Amino acid sequence: MSLAGQQMAHGGAKDVDLRAAEWLERREREDWNEADQAALDGWFAASSAHRIAYLRVEAAWTRAHRLGALRRPNRTGGVFAATGRLHLLARIAAAVAILSAAGAGTAIYFKPLPQKVYATAIGERKTLALGDGSRVEMNTDTVLRVAADGRARTVWLEKGEAYFQVRHDSAHPFTVMAGGHRVTDLGTKFLVRTDAQKLQVSLVEGSIRFDAPDGRMREPLLLAPGDSVTAKQNTIVVTRNSERELARDLGWRRGVLVFDNTTLADAVTEFNRYNREKIVIADPAVAQLRIDGTFPNENLAVFARAAQQLFELHIVERDGKTVISR
Amino acid sequence: MTETPDKGRENADPRGSAAAMTVSEVDAWFVREILPLEAALMHFLLRSRRSPSEADDLRQEVYVRVYEAAKQKIPHPAKSFVFAVARNLLVDRVRHEQVVAIETVADVDTLAVAIDEPGPDRSVIARQELRRLEAAIARLPRRCRQVVVLSRIEGLSRREIGARLGIGEATVSTHLTEGMYRLAKVLYGEPDAKGGKP
Repeated sequence: MSLAGQQMAHGGAKDVDLRAAEWLERREREDWNEADQAALDGWFAASSAHRIAYLRVEAAWTRAHRLGALRRPNRTGGVFAATGRLHLLARIAAAVAILSAAGAGTAIYFKPLPQKVYATAIGERKTLALGDGSRVEMNTDTVLRVAADGRARTVWLEKGEAYFQVRHDSAHPFTVMAGGHRVTDLGTKFLVRTDAQKLQVSLVEGSIRFDAPDGRMREPLLLAPGDSVTAKQNTIVVTRNSERELARDLGWRRGVLVFDNTTLADAVTEFNRYNREKIVIADPAVAQLRIDGTFPNENLAVFARAAQQLFELHIVERDGKTVISR
Repeated sequence: MTETPDKGRENADPRGSAAAMTVSEVDAWFVREILPLEAALMHFLLRSRRSPSEADDLRQEVYVRVYEAAKQKIPHPAKSFVFAVARNLLVDRVRHEQVVAIETVADVDTLAVAIDEPGPDRSVIARQELRRLEAAIARLPRRCRQVVVLSRIEGLSRREIGARLGIGEATVSTHLTEGMYRLAKVLYGEPDAKGGKP
């Protein structure tokens, strides 16, 4: 007897699919706990068919969530219960209108608008208040251009990192261009960081649409809060950030670097973004040591001392550099 | 924050790796590559004169076999692998049932052609996806639809939905479960209304 035959004896695919939906529904509830998780893991262990059914229903449900990600931020929910489907269609129409408007933004990109350039030096932070009420916080060593036509709605991030708090206006989408990628706000707080290797966009609140340069992606990505896109030469990866990770990535807004099981190599790379005086690790083994903690990003001495005491390292000043070794 | 530069390349082409895949890699691959084939697969299975519920069972069996195989090595190209598994399964089934259904066997052979038919259009742009989602949600039973919309689009909690619609939280949960089940069936199992294929 085939595997499917055995499964049918226990109830067919429909039963399994319904069970998977029940699990997903339970898992979304606020009272989901470790015992529930253990029970779900047990169900998964019983048959691959269970796990697959769950993956399937979860993937469909996530797609349905994207519809939510496009909704307009002004919540007029009370109307819905009464008017049913009509209202939903109106919402979809609005969402499509936002997308169309975002598409129209491309044309603006090619028009030579007067632009203003803003830059921060290494270690400097600066906040811009744009004419439309949006705010841009620029991190260290960052260059951006803003269309200076009075109602600036396009920003080009040439280099570095910036945190955007956008005043939403669906008629005039706010767009950030970085390395050929386009981030279109749909009512939002988000972080964009670009360097030679990669572009990273993390969404804190609201929703955004992410477009790669022509032909790179089959469809634009719609991000939900906590989503983070990392675009490199050949790959675009979406990951989920925990609140802790988001807080870590936004540490610079408070003037700190937050490390969480971070290699010294990575930690030093971060410090060097904020300081003219650079740190160098002279020993590859030392580079792989891992460190936790929160450090003022412009105070190398605090970090160097912590590393020195934690790992019994040698620290010397040489040619204006801080050299760390065994 | 920083990563080793090589990581991205591994992600770009998981097929290149000879090592067995981790569960989450297989899961992600399955959602990305296999689920979008479901409409074509169901079409294929239903054409072999199977009842809808039997086709669902066969679909599940195909999924299990594909998933198990992928844990050892990700098959490539995914689509021909899925249909090869489905075809073998149908042939086994016909043999097992010992039903001399010449029509059915002949049908299995002609079905081989179906592999080359275009599957569900994977290059849907956001707008098409939106229309599709809208259509799927519009087809839910009325109460179920209201609950799904309030949950997914309005982002309300089960309690808020219950209060809004004047029903208990347990009933909200039942509607949500039904909505999840039906959305998966429509979004994956049925051909794109506009595409008309397969």
